[in-house]
Amino acid sequence: MEFPPNIWSYVLILPIAVGMLVTALILVWWERRLLGWWQDRKGPNRVWPWAGGFGQAIADAVKLLAKDDWVPPFGDRLFFVLAPAIVAGSMLMAYVVVPWAPRESGLIITDSNIAVLWFLAMSSLAVYGVLLAGFASNNKYALLGGLRAAAQMVTYEVFMALSLMGVVILAGSFSLLDIVEDQAELWNIGPQFVGFVIFLLAGLAETHRLPFDLPEAEHELTGGFHTEYSGMKFGLIMAAEYLGLIITSAMIVLLFFGGWLLPPALQSLVPTGLASALVGLGVFAAKIIVFINFFILLRAAIPRPRYDQLMSLGWKILLPLSLVNVLGTGAWMLWTG
Amino acid sequence: MSTVVDDLATKVGAERCTVQETADKIPTIWVPREEIQSVLRFLKDEASTPYELLFDVSAIDERTRQHRVDQPDSDFTVFYHLISLSGNNDIRIKVPLSEADNRVKSVSSIYPVANWYEREAFDMFGIDFEDHPNLRRILTPPLWEGHPLRKEHPARATEMDPFTMTPEFQKAQQDALKFVPEEWGMNTDAKHTDFMFLNLGPNHPSVHGVFRIALQLDGEVIVQAVPDIGYHHRAQEKMSERQTWHTYIPYTDRVDYLGGVINNFPYVMNVENMAGMKVPERAQVIRVMLVELFRIASHLLFYGTFAQDVGQMSPVFYMFADRERLFSIIEAITGGRMHPSWFRIGGVCQDLPDGWDAMVLDFCNYLPKRLDHYEKMAMQNGILQRRTKGIGAYNTAEGLEWGITGPSLRATGSDWDLRKKRPYSMYDQFDFEIPMATNGDTYDRCRVRVDEIRESLKIIRQCAENMPSGPYKADHRLATPPAKERTMQDIETLIHHFLNVSWGPVIPPGESSTIVEARTGWNSYYSISDGGTMSYRTRIRSPSFPALQQIPVISNGFMVSDLIAIVASIDFVMADVDR
Repeated sequence: MEFPPNIWSYVLILPIAVGMLVTALILVWWERRLLGWWQDRKGPNRVWPWAGGFGQAIADAVKLLAKDDWVPPFGDRLFFVLAPAIVAGSMLMAYVVVPWAPRESGLIITDSNIAVLWFLAMSSLAVYGVLLAGFASNNKYALLGGLRAAAQMVTYEVFMALSLMGVVILAGSFSLLDIVEDQAELWNIGPQFVGFVIFLLAGLAETHRLPFDLPEAEHELTGGFHTEYSGMKFGLIMAAEYLGLIITSAMIVLLFFGGWLLPPALQSLVPTGLASALVGLGVFAAKIIVFINFFILLRAAIPRPRYDQLMSLGWKILLPLSLVNVLGTGAWMLWTG
Repeated sequence: MSTVVDDLATKVGAERCTVQETADKIPTIWVPREEIQSVLRFLKDEASTPYELLFDVSAIDERTRQHRVDQPDSDFTVFYHLISLSGNNDIRIKVPLSEADNRVKSVSSIYPVANWYEREAFDMFGIDFEDHPNLRRILTPPLWEGHPLRKEHPARATEMDPFTMTPEFQKAQQDALKFVPEEWGMNTDAKHTDFMFLNLGPNHPSVHGVFRIALQLDGEVIVQAVPDIGYHHRAQEKMSERQTWHTYIPYTDRVDYLGGVINNFPYVMNVENMAGMKVPERAQVIRVMLVELFRIASHLLFYGTFAQDVGQMSPVFYMFADRERLFSIIEAITGGRMHPSWFRIGGVCQDLPDGWDAMVLDFCNYLPKRLDHYEKMAMQNGILQRRTKGIGAYNTAEGLEWGITGPSLRATGSDWDLRKKRPYSMYDQFDFEIPMATNGDTYDRCRVRVDEIRESLKIIRQCAENMPSGPYKADHRLATPPAKERTMQDIETLIHHFLNVSWGPVIPPGESSTIVEARTGWNSYYSISDGGTMSYRTRIRSPSFPALQQIPVISNGFMVSDLIAIVASIDFVMADVDR
């Protein structure tokens, strides 16, 4: 990493942050339409019918912004206000290391030799936000949600990190640019399939979406850790959920599906120069969209396991499996030199 | 059956007990109050066919009743309806009490299910059950004045002074509602553990109405769950005493709002029984068809919400779409959707419309494919199975102990379906199976209901293919509304028509109870006519009421998530519980 980073990095921050928040907004609407389609119903299609009802998302955002900014008098005001900012802020920070297109295009805020670790660190920080939201609300349902979040995140972070180590060993670097470029011959999904499955599950748990939405679990805990939240504070928590969804999908694509690369056989067809950046960006976005849709499909299809079942799946199956994966990959690298 | 009566007479002493004739032919024996515990213990343990199920306990305010042939003096009568499943027979025990001294021994130590029923009788009539573990109000608020089902208690707001809420009144009411764990039988301190008390409801997404469960939690594990009901109480039984026999029918629809005409069914059959009316075959089959349609509607809703409560988002939307098709059929036939109030004393409201059979058969062909699809989606889903198998299990004997009937009992391996065991309304003419399961857990309770949908489809298909011709209402002077064809021709019919429409039918004095296999268990209406145009007392025994009482027994030790699954599997609505 060069220091100080060049001016280009600063220029990119704003478009990426705004772009991601807007994408989150689009996703709220997209998810509802998609669920509606899968569930024999319409979903929001009335506001701006010419845009498929997308106006609903904007109307919802305006409503959230215009709502009374209520802070529970029985809660802890400072942390109650801080929590959504931590959740959303740390999620946004994770985007700093995401390379959106090939190295030459420079479409990355900063390439870092600790990029993977940075992503893990930021997603762990987001947990503090959830935890604080649950505790600061001083509501029993929120407390239970916060406790569940803490336990779930601690569990899943351990092997989320471990599941990535195989990829890191293969590439010999923590830099996401290096990891993607290392996949030019063969995407990691092949040699690291086990790592992919584990990362997928851990990513789901990290974003706490159905089926792993135990910290919220509206059927059990009414709203879980964000029971007391309303208005834009709730909006931020919700935005963070979608930011997490995008970053998790992006990481899956970068680490296991060759990022902006086309399949190896087709990669030679990509022109150079500006076109290569555009093609790379398009390919990357398309792959991300596939995974986002996959996550939405999971939400539509699968029931929620019980809290202790999720824990035992994590500790008893996924953790040993990811350790074996790291060991196996390491042994393979030693063997082949 | 009469042997039981003889046995009882020898046990209590023939001179001390009285046998009463009732229209439903259930042996009804009056025993002195000091004998009630020994009588019930005898019936439960020593009778030739043991009475495993205490079906219903409630009371009657007899003080203004005129027609009391062969009944001993009594101001308040507590009655106990017991059912022997092994012998397939019923017995009703009555205990006379005086107004000045209305104490009677509690039987909750013999039949645990009596606990809530006695609390209800205390709440509604002020009967003092001695040695009751927790004799508090159950349906009305803690500071309610008077006992609503006593005859002197006002039935309408216009009979009372206007209600005013003073600050003192409000404070007193709120203080009375304050949660004190000790009052709920929860201890606050234990060695090394601080318990958390969680108020699940009355406003919670998964309690299916306004139902409250006070939870004592150790982490997320339930140490104790105490259900609290009464938030949906609308005094349905009291209202029956101010409505004619005919105009009460729409109220019954709303007792169990998912059951629709299933609620009309026991009520009208009961009144017909007292009136000595025979319902034409066509009307009987139409009733069966409508009831089964509503059973499917209810089970579909159950299926969807059950999956939703264990966190599966999609099924409920599919099932609502199916339910919508079903309601369009019901709408075409009855004109109503959820509460058509379509049964009448003596038959049904109207004849079936043209083209009804095509609609019904169309639905019968459509649904099975969808059910196969749901089977893969929900019932065979590994996560759903892990969430529900082995959760909240009980066996047949434990179920009966707590008054569990219907699909939930059949999930324990019992084959007791009233449609087979005591066929009414021509159910014996239909070819259908009784779905059963063996484990009696949350999953099996869903399993049985899902399988019942297919059996109901079979019945509906048979109804559609073999609908008898003939009148849709009995040719009887008490059938309502009376036939109008000859009204303008002869004066006799005109008089009957005028009286039956303006006053309503006058049902001869008597008592009768009728049980049907309702959507989620046995629903019974016990009506007393004092020879008037209105019921003297109507007792509604709903299947959900005892099921909620059982929740602590089957959920202690499980986690909050399991409790949600258990509550979902009971398939209740609070309107049915509180009445």
